[in-house]
Amino acid sequence: MSLFNRFEAFELDVLKEVGNIGAGNAATALSRLLDKPVDMAVPKVSLLPFEEVAERVGGSEQIVIAVFLRVEGEAPGNMFFIIEEASAKRILRQLVSIDIEEQEGYSEMELSALCEIGNILAGSYLSSLADFTHLTMAPSVPAIAVDMAGAILSYGLMQYGEMGDSALLIETTFLEDRQSLEGHFFLIPDPESFEKIFRALGVVSE
Amino acid sequence: MIQHNLVKVGMADLNIATDGAILKTTGLGSCVGLTLYDPIRKVAGMAHVMLPSSEIARETKMNVAKYADTAIPELLDRMLAAGAQMISMKAKMAGGAQMFAMSGHTDSLRIGPRNVESCTAMMLKFKIPIISQDTGGSFGRTIEFDSINGMLSIRSVQFGTKEI
Repeated sequence: MSLFNRFEAFELDVLKEVGNIGAGNAATALSRLLDKPVDMAVPKVSLLPFEEVAERVGGSEQIVIAVFLRVEGEAPGNMFFIIEEASAKRILRQLVSIDIEEQEGYSEMELSALCEIGNILAGSYLSSLADFTHLTMAPSVPAIAVDMAGAILSYGLMQYGEMGDSALLIETTFLEDRQSLEGHFFLIPDPESFEKIFRALGVVSE
Repeated sequence: MIQHNLVKVGMADLNIATDGAILKTTGLGSCVGLTLYDPIRKVAGMAHVMLPSSEIARETKMNVAKYADTAIPELLDRMLAAGAQMISMKAKMAGGAQMFAMSGHTDSLRIGPRNVESCTAMMLKFKIPIISQDTGGSFGRTIEFDSINGMLSIRSVQFGTKEI
């Protein structure tokens, strides 16, 4: 994908900062919700072959819970908030006192609660990013799915399919209480959005 | 013989198998896993199709395995080269789900059904019968295709494993 080959190191740093600001605000929101400190890893910005995207959350067949939002506005893209099942159960227990029985699957109520949590976090991610860049970024109504990571994430890669076999994604992981709760944010801007993000942040590309 | 040779087919990828090897692709969402089989010469092929048509392609190095209209001719070529014959070719397919039900969006989010439509149209064009399929829905699938008997095994989170 020639478009991305010319990304300079500092441009990748800018995108990392984008992830940092967005996820930082989302982590703060989560921390308030849980009333517990939430740690955040340094964001990763990578141009990944489609095959490898799902590896980031445990492989193509790993069952994950994903909240998906389409970002609309001046810098459109796709956003996923992905958590593993164990973390989802912990969030539900802590936050809404829903005690998950050891049964398979989730009730509509539980999914709805998780979807709303994803929505709140993604909303704070995007609104801080919109403030920072002065670009309009409006999340769509969120949708939730519990399924194989490969099947879910490939959905966010279609815009890249037309132009290559890899996608650029901004990934942030956060942790509460070391490992007990782990969540991933994936922001996958549409290929056309990078130019706008860079320009909005004063990075002039040649 | 329990130890089967597994041939992995990635996303936007295709491959063929003979001599009892099994073709496998994981995590099909809106993508379609199309399989072709010549039961007489026991040649199997699988394509993991991501997009319905190459008309929209803007890439410089074209990956033919990605689009239904280019992947299927390529898969046929490779199978014919491996000894398969058009006349006995049978197709099966799985995938083409709509992973997220969202309102207010049109074509780009109907990609799963469009992939299925496009694969079906290609089969019609090459006059290859689709003998069974498990498409649509809103769930992911992992599929394995056996080159010994042409069985397509489909696994999903909610519905377990089934064979078509």
